[in-house]
Amino acid sequence: MNFYRLLLHIYPSSFRAEYGDEMSAIFALELDRSSGLAARCGLWVSAFAEIVFNAALVHWEIAQRDLYHSMRSLLRSPGFTLTALLLITIGIGANVAVFTLANFVLVRPLPFPQPDQLTKVWEKHPGYPRMELSPANYRDLNASSQSFTALAAYTGDSMSLVGQGEPQRIEGATVTANLFSVLERPVLIGRYFHEEDGQAGAPGTVVLSYSLWQTAFGGDREIVGKPVSLDDQSYTVIGVMPADFRFPTRETLYWTPFRFKETDYLDRDNNMLDSIGRLKSGVSLAQARSELLLIAARLRKQYPKENEAVDLSVFALRDELSAQSRLLLKGLCGAALCVLVIVCANLANLLLARSLTRERELSIRLSLGANRRNLLRHLLTESVLLGLAGGASATGVAIAALPLLSRLVPSRLPVQQVPSVDVEMLLFALALTVITVVAFGVAPAWQACRGVGLSGLRVGVRTGGAGRHGARSALVIAEVVASVVLLVSSGLLIRALWRVQSVDPGFKTNGILSLRTELPFPKYDNPSTRDQFYGKVLADVRRLPGVTDAAYITALPMTWGGGIWPVEVNGRSQIRTEGTSASMRFVTPGLFSTLGIPLKLGRGVNESDTADRPYVAVVSESFVRRYWPHEQPIGRHFKFEGHDREVIGVVGDIRARGLERTSEPQVYLSSQQDTDNTYYAPKDLVIHSSQPPERLLPAIRQIVHAADPEQPISNVRTMDEVVAGETESRTIQMRVLVVFAGVAIVLAGLGIYGLLAFTVSMRQQEFGIRLALGAGHGDIFKMVLAQGAWLAVAGLVPGLALAYIAARLMESLLAGVRPADALTFSTAAAVCLITTLLGTLFPALRAVRADPTAIMRAE
Amino acid sequence: MSDEVKALLPLQPTTFHILLSLTDEERHGYAIILEVARRTQGELKLSAGTLYRSIRRMLETGLIVETRNRPAPELDDERRRYYRITPLGKAVAEAEAGRLRDLLKMARLCGVAPRTT
Repeated sequence: MNFYRLLLHIYPSSFRAEYGDEMSAIFALELDRSSGLAARCGLWVSAFAEIVFNAALVHWEIAQRDLYHSMRSLLRSPGFTLTALLLITIGIGANVAVFTLANFVLVRPLPFPQPDQLTKVWEKHPGYPRMELSPANYRDLNASSQSFTALAAYTGDSMSLVGQGEPQRIEGATVTANLFSVLERPVLIGRYFHEEDGQAGAPGTVVLSYSLWQTAFGGDREIVGKPVSLDDQSYTVIGVMPADFRFPTRETLYWTPFRFKETDYLDRDNNMLDSIGRLKSGVSLAQARSELLLIAARLRKQYPKENEAVDLSVFALRDELSAQSRLLLKGLCGAALCVLVIVCANLANLLLARSLTRERELSIRLSLGANRRNLLRHLLTESVLLGLAGGASATGVAIAALPLLSRLVPSRLPVQQVPSVDVEMLLFALALTVITVVAFGVAPAWQACRGVGLSGLRVGVRTGGAGRHGARSALVIAEVVASVVLLVSSGLLIRALWRVQSVDPGFKTNGILSLRTELPFPKYDNPSTRDQFYGKVLADVRRLPGVTDAAYITALPMTWGGGIWPVEVNGRSQIRTEGTSASMRFVTPGLFSTLGIPLKLGRGVNESDTADRPYVAVVSESFVRRYWPHEQPIGRHFKFEGHDREVIGVVGDIRARGLERTSEPQVYLSSQQDTDNTYYAPKDLVIHSSQPPERLLPAIRQIVHAADPEQPISNVRTMDEVVAGETESRTIQMRVLVVFAGVAIVLAGLGIYGLLAFTVSMRQQEFGIRLALGAGHGDIFKMVLAQGAWLAVAGLVPGLALAYIAARLMESLLAGVRPADALTFSTAAAVCLITTLLGTLFPALRAVRADPTAIMRAE
Repeated sequence: MSDEVKALLPLQPTTFHILLSLTDEERHGYAIILEVARRTQGELKLSAGTLYRSIRRMLETGLIVETRNRPAPELDDERRRYYRITPLGKAVAEAEAGRLRDLLKMARLCGVAPRTT
C-alpha cells in the first residue's frame, strides 16, 4: 500500500490531500478481494496506468483553469500586460537574433561531412602569416605530405557568360580536380572533375552551382554534356552542385579545373593558390603542423633563393574567420545579454509592484480558502503565459531582424548569408523564455505569496515591507549597471567608428563612379588589343557631359589585397617580407587626377609609356622614404615584377588595403607595359563626374557595348560606397549596440521612475505628517531626489568598472581609442545621471504636492 | 431548459452514470463504483482515479455536493466522503436523458437502432 500512496504523488497535492485516503482505501479493498498472484499483478498494473493517465488529466485541468484565470487577470490590466510583453519581446528577441547569428557563424559545423577535418594550408612569409601557395610549392607539398587524405587548391575567378541572355560577369572558382572529393559533397547531377580534366590541354569543363543552373539555364535536367561559352571559350557542363553547396564563398557560381602547364611551376613567388586539405582520421592539427614545418624546411634547402623565408602553416577551416569578426559577434552577444538582464530586472520590478497592489486581492483569495501554493501557482502561470506570448513574438521579431544582421556573416565563410530558422533556434528561444520567466517571475511570485496575509484586508493599510523595497532597489541598481556598460561600450564603438571614418584614404571618394569590365582571355591576350579597348572606352567616357576624367586600374584600392611583389633595388635581391615588398597596379593615363591622388614629383603614366619604351613606374612617397630617403627619386631604377623600372613620378600614399590596415608602398605601372601577366590587366574603370551615377550609367553601358558587344559590366559602385563598405560591419554592430544602449537606459530610467513613484505613493502619509510637523517642501523634494541619486550612483560606480573590463576585452575593435577614454566614460555617466534624475523628478514633484490636511483628515 | 443546464451538455458517460447512481440515495465513492457496476451489469467498472477526477469536476460545476449526513458510526468509515445530487445535477441528468432519447428517436427513423427497448 505504501507503494500505492507513493504513486499518488503523481497527482497534484491538492487532489491527493482531498481524495488520497479514499483512493487508497478503495485500492486496499480491491486488493483484498482479488485472489491469486496474476489477479493482484493485473490490479497493480491497471492501478499504475490509471493513476498516470488520470493524474495527467487532473494536472491539465488545473493548468487550464489557471491559464483561464491568468488570462482574465492579465486582460484586466492591459497596460501592465502590454508593457510586459513589449519588454520580453525586446529582451528575448535581441538575444535570439544575436545568438542565432553567433551560433551560425562561430559554432555551427560547416556544411561538409566531418568539417573538423577540413583545414587550410598557407605559406608563411615574414610579415604575411597567411599567404597563398605558389603552384610549385603546392605541388611539392601535395607530393610529400602524409597528413591529408587529399590536398586541393583553388582560386577565385570570374568569367563572362555569353549566350544565356545579356552577357554577364559571374564569379566562380578555378579548382584542382580533387576539390569536391576533399569537401566530400556529392554532385546533384552529372559528375565531379576527373584528373584528366585538369591535364594541360584538356578540353574545358565546368561544374555549375545550383543557382546558376536555375537562373541562367532554367534548371535544364539535360544540361550535362552541353557546351557553354565562358570568356569566349567553350566549356562542357559536366555537373551541377546541390543548392546548399557554397565554396569557397557564397558568391561562387561555377567551378572550372586548373589545367597547369609545366611553365606554371617555374615561379615560386606567384602566390595564387588557396589550399584546403582534409586531415586523415586520427591526425591532429598539431601533427599536420609539425609535418608541414619539416616539409617547409626541406623546400627551403632545395630552393634556397625562392623559398628563403617561406614556411608552411595549417589552420582549421572554421578558424578562417578574422579575430575582428569573432569579437564583433561576441560583443553583440554580451550586449544582448545586458539587455536581457535589464529586461528581467524591469519585469521583476513590475511584477513586484503589481503583487503589492494586488495584495488585497490575494488576501481575499487566501481568506476564501485558497492556499499559498495555489496562489503561487497562479502567479507563476501568469508569468509563464507572459513569457510564452512574449517568447513567441520575440521569435517573430528575431526572424524578421536576422536579414538585417546578416551582413555580419563574413562572405568568406562557405555558408548562406542569412541564418535559417531551424529547430536549434526555436529551442534556444524556448530555453531563453524559460530562463527569463524563472528570472523575472519566480522571485516576485514567491515574495508576493510569502508576504500576503489577512492583514492585507484592512482598508488603507500601507504595505510593502523593507525587504521587498530592498529587492526592488537592487533590481533598479542592476539595470543601471547593465545600461552603463552598454552606454560606455556603444560610446567607445562610436568613437572608434568616427576614428576609422576620419582616416584619409589618400584618394578622393566624392563624385567617383567605378565599374568593372573584366576582359576575357585569350581574346584579350595581346596588350595592344586591350589598349584599344581601354582607349576607346576612356575616350568616349571622357566625352560624356559632366565627366572630368576617367581611367583604368588593375583593381580599385581597398577591394583587392593582391599584387604584392618583392622589390629589388641596386641589384640586391630581396626576399619577400612586409618591409621589402610593394603593392602593384597597372593603370592607364589619368588615374591620379581621376582618383585625386596627389602627384608630388615628376609625372604620371602617359600615352608614351608603351611596351617598346623603357619600363616606367610611379611610386608612392612611402616607397621613396623606404629606398631613397633624402635623395632625389626621379630617374632611379629598381627591379619589380620581372622588369627593370625607372621612377618617373612620385604620388601620395593611399590606403590600398583598407582604412584599418597599413598598406605596403604602392607602385603604379603603365598598362601598355603589361606584357607578361594578363592576371593584372586593368579591370576597374573609375570615372570622376559631376553627374549622378544613375544618369551616367546607361551611356557608359552603350560605350562599353560599342567597344565590345560581348563585354559585361559588373560591380557598379561609387568610391563612397567602396569606402563605406570598409566600415560596414562596424557600422552595423555600432548601430545595434546603440539601439541596445538606448533601450537599456530608457528602461533603467523607467525602472527608477517606477520604483520612486511607488515609494512616494506609499509614503504620502509620512510626507503629509512631515509637512504638518513643519518640514519644508524643499526638504521633501530633496529627500526623494536623494533616493534617486543614491540608486543612480550605486549603479554607476560598478557599472563604470564593468564597462572598463568590457572595453579592455574589445580593445582590438576600438581602432586605437583607449579603453579608458575619458570623454566616453564621462558622457555615459552624464547620460545615466540625467536619465535617472529625470526618472526621479516626477515622483519628487508628486511628493511635494502632498496635502497634509487632506491626509490627516483621511486618517 | 436553462442556459446553465445547456452549457453542461452533452455529459460524459462517466458523469452521467455517477449522477444516476446518486439519484436514489447519497453514496460514498466506493459505493458509487459498486452501484455503477451493478446498474451496467459489470460493463462499466470505474477506477478510483477516474471516479475522483469526475467527482472533483462535478463538485466544481455544482452537479453534486458533499453531504455532512453520515451513517451510524458502526457502519461508517471516517475516511469516506458522501455525495448527494443537487437540483442542478438532477436537471442536467434529465436533460441528458432527454437528449439521448431524441438521439435514439432519430436513429430509429434512420433504421439504425433497435425498434424496441
